[in-house]
Amino acid sequence: MAAGISDLTDATFDEEIKGSAEPVLVDFWAEWCGPCKMITPVLEEIAKEQAGKLRIVKLNVDENLEVSRRFEVMSIPTMILFRDGEAQTRIIGAKGKQQLLQDLHPYLTP
Amino acid sequence: MAAAAGDVRDVVIIGSGPAGLTAAIYAARANLRPLVIEGEPSSSSDQPGGQLMLTTEVENYPGFPDGIMGPDLMHAFKAQATRFGAEFVTEKATGVDASERPFTVATYSHSVKARAVIVATGARALLLGLENEARLMGYGVSTCATCDGFFHRGFEIAVVGGGDSALEEALFLSKFATKVTLIHRRKELRASRIMQDRALANPKIEFLWDSVVVDVLGDTSLESLKVRNVVTGEDTILAVHGLFVAIGHVPNTDLFKGVLDMEDTGYLRTVGHGTWTNVEGVFACGDVQDHVYRQAITAAGSGCMAAIDAERWLAETA
Repeated sequence: MAAGISDLTDATFDEEIKGSAEPVLVDFWAEWCGPCKMITPVLEEIAKEQAGKLRIVKLNVDENLEVSRRFEVMSIPTMILFRDGEAQTRIIGAKGKQQLLQDLHPYLTP
Repeated sequence: MAAAAGDVRDVVIIGSGPAGLTAAIYAARANLRPLVIEGEPSSSSDQPGGQLMLTTEVENYPGFPDGIMGPDLMHAFKAQATRFGAEFVTEKATGVDASERPFTVATYSHSVKARAVIVATGARALLLGLENEARLMGYGVSTCATCDGFFHRGFEIAVVGGGDSALEEALFLSKFATKVTLIHRRKELRASRIMQDRALANPKIEFLWDSVVVDVLGDTSLESLKVRNVVTGEDTILAVHGLFVAIGHVPNTDLFKGVLDMEDTGYLRTVGHGTWTNVEGVFACGDVQDHVYRQAITAAGSGCMAAIDAERWLAETA
């Protein structure tokens, strides 16, 4: 799988999000979602470049309905940024790298 | 991508749907080293690979008797262009200077000089343009049926439109939703006969004729639509969990305002039956200059024409 992007599940979600020192961006995705696949390489690049400032993980909505429902995900890709276990911002829809970085910038560890 | 500063490309292609990628295949095989500004990820149809990236099965592209998935078809186009040496920049073009040759095409991080430019930026799906539609985007309102149909399993949804795209979405979404209401402003569909027959025969699809959506309602997620009958003027509320809009397309030509001749509707003007624009050395192909046919196969055909036109023009002006 992608370097630096691990998979979360319903079972591991809370522990991983709450236990993270860095902000965590969760990418809600599914196999059948074309735009989700298209942003995977973009997220991989960002994960590499922002190592230490941001952690990026993904959650398959098809297999993890509990977390997807809890955050009322109704469209994918949806990316939610968590800090100290709390959702800070939500990005809906695939975007290019510069736009994503711009949207995430205020929430990154300085 | 390896365009060094000062490097002048023979051909830069803007756009990477069937038109842009076919132009890339032909230009690459003509040893013109095409650079394709392919666009960037999006959940709308304006993305690398173009409109087919959001569709499911393509049944009318010749050569695939059993059909082919839209994204698979476009990956194959790209692989074929790559095989012959086309190169790609995964960014959107942000500026085109056609006032002097070589031309300049800019993206967020690149600026490329080109002897010839092929414009294949295509068209994107129109939305209703309502304030609440934008507010509830991603919360029941969706631009991508293949992405978001899953979230409407067991619910009632609506599709707006009467063409092939609308019926394709309605049929696809009927696999998830308990009921799909197709809202169309006229009493008859303009979709192809085969799609009409399938939609009319589908027990989950109901038709609301002579009707338009005048508002999209819901607090934190979509709850209902205000639908107006255009004949009686009467408004009704239709409870829905999801809304998908397929009411037509608008060409992606904002970049070319003041640069290239275009119709009032925004479609680029080409000369005669060819792909020449009003600027010598700039060619246009695919949906960006075609509001009549708008098929993958016609886009691919005109992409081929643009590459041949560009190749001949370059040979004559070299």
